[in-house]
Amino acid sequence: MHSEGRISIWFFIGISLLGNGLLIFGAGLYQLTHPPAVPVVLYSLHANVWWGALLSLAGAIYCYHFRPGRV
Amino acid sequence: MMAMALVVQQVVPQILPQRLVHLSLVDLIIVGFYFALVLAIGFYLKRQANTSEDYFMAGREMTAWIAGLSFLSANLGALELMGWAGASYQYGILAAHWYWIGAIPAMLFLGLVMMPFYYISKTHSVPGYLKLRFGEPSRALSAVSFAFMTVLMSGINMYAMALVMKVVLGWDINFSIWVSSITVAIYVALGGLRSAIFNEVLQFMLIWAGALLIPILGLIEAGGWRNLQAQVAVRASAQYTHLWSGLGSFQTNPMGIHWTGIVFGLAMCISTGYWTTDFLVVQRILSAKDLRAAKMAPIIGAGFKMFVPLIVILPGLIGIAVLPMKLMGEGAAVATGGHSYNEVLPLLLARYCGPGLLGLGVTALMAGFMSGMAGNVSAFSTVWTYDIYGALLHKTATDEQRVKMGRWSTVVGVIISIGTAYLVMHFKSIMDYVQALFSFFIAPLFGTVLLGMLWKRATRAGGFWGLLSGTLSSIGMYIWVKVDPSALRYVALSPYAKDMAENMYRALWSTLICVIVTVVVSLLTTPTPASELKGLVYGETDIPSEGKMPFYQRPVFWAIVVAVVFVVLNILFW
Repeated sequence: MHSEGRISIWFFIGISLLGNGLLIFGAGLYQLTHPPAVPVVLYSLHANVWWGALLSLAGAIYCYHFRPGRV
Repeated sequence: MMAMALVVQQVVPQILPQRLVHLSLVDLIIVGFYFALVLAIGFYLKRQANTSEDYFMAGREMTAWIAGLSFLSANLGALELMGWAGASYQYGILAAHWYWIGAIPAMLFLGLVMMPFYYISKTHSVPGYLKLRFGEPSRALSAVSFAFMTVLMSGINMYAMALVMKVVLGWDINFSIWVSSITVAIYVALGGLRSAIFNEVLQFMLIWAGALLIPILGLIEAGGWRNLQAQVAVRASAQYTHLWSGLGSFQTNPMGIHWTGIVFGLAMCISTGYWTTDFLVVQRILSAKDLRAAKMAPIIGAGFKMFVPLIVILPGLIGIAVLPMKLMGEGAAVATGGHSYNEVLPLLLARYCGPGLLGLGVTALMAGFMSGMAGNVSAFSTVWTYDIYGALLHKTATDEQRVKMGRWSTVVGVIISIGTAYLVMHFKSIMDYVQALFSFFIAPLFGTVLLGMLWKRATRAGGFWGLLSGTLSSIGMYIWVKVDPSALRYVALSPYAKDMAENMYRALWSTLICVIVTVVVSLLTTPTPASELKGLVYGETDIPSEGKMPFYQRPVFWAIVVAVVFVVLNILFW
């Protein structure tokens, strides 16, 4: 839904993906510099870094494309 | 809900001594961010919910995508995720039948065949359609049973969520119940269906973002699909990765079910009944902005539904292959302090997800619970306001009074749900009965609505007596097997049938009884005049043309695409 004067649902989803993505990405970067004492299985893949980056990118695209006021 | 109702009892009884995962600060921030966002959406949408059409039908302006994703999300609760992942660990890929043949044909049927009648009749609810087609008694029977069962189920789900949060995170049960229910009450009461739908779409995205990493990492650890199959064959059975090849007999598959139960009971009665007549999901489609969007929405939902096994069924199989411990039934888990089948998803979450990802996974589970609760409450509020308050208690209610009643009934619905949650906490056996009661109404209702839409000769008396006899026969069969377990050989056609198989066959028989009684009574009573059937039944309704549009924009084209992928998936995993 993207009627004039209203904020699209996809913008809210963009905010959610971007916010969560940045937090996960940040946590992943922190773990790179401070490796955990008990790492998760497949820690070497650093899933939180690339998954966080992917979510942030998708969120940024949604936020930009469905930003309020865009016709 | 139907699938959810079947798994609630499997998830809930688990009591474990310690939590499965520990959240870090960043995980807690992610959970808090989610709660802040859903409340913000509710407050933002309050000013767009002024009329009853806005409040209960989201202004009938949702696009096909939003209606379709919301339609699917209302069903994709966390109990669904955890319960069916556990069922997949226990029964193998057979659990995928509830996502494929137990959903896709029904969703396509809803979009192509039934949606035009719902949409053209401009009904606000499924009981509302029954009123137009079969009169007030049918509506009253359907509305009262639906409203009653919906809030009870909402309470059961709320309790189940609180218990899962306790087991997974160590959170206090009261804290989980009150925080989640107050949040849902606020955002649904403020923004009505539009707010519920917006949040369901958000929750749908979060569920995928939080859960998709588990099968990806699981497949990497297992060494790909072929290696996963080989490990499952060693640790369980080769039959665990085959959908159909073991269904020739009740005894050659882990579920104890025959293919006739899956095809005729699950696919043709239970799933079609649920996806086409349960107002909880149908309400989302009724909010579509036009007929084409209303037809496309279930087809879009079906397209996504086919891939839900990636985040539900596949983790169950990965659990068999990679988890060092053997999971067990609830009773054995409680007795030995081990882990139950239903913990497979949280165990994998803890296995693969570090800080941040763990918070997102837990948020996905919470989002699933809350979308299911919001779906129940918004459907209850609509049926209460239109089909009970407006139809029986205050027939001259103004639009403003209806909106006010909608807001109050949302709050009251949540309070009853909380009461049910505490009741279940003390009397757990209530849960089994409420779930069984809910299932009694689904299959016969499908028979009534289907005949109402497709058979002109079905009369008001036929519809009412068919619905009543189908429901009563379902209750009768349930009690018969409870009192005399050997009756299973008649109800489910085999003494070896398990609970799920019994449910399938009971649904089949109750639908058949409903249809037979409706037909017989209709033929013995005076036909309804054709003028009263316009817009309600096939043959008396002018379905608007879709106009000139390219083939790839037509609902039927996408339905064919989904159907082809569905057939291919079944052959691939035969």
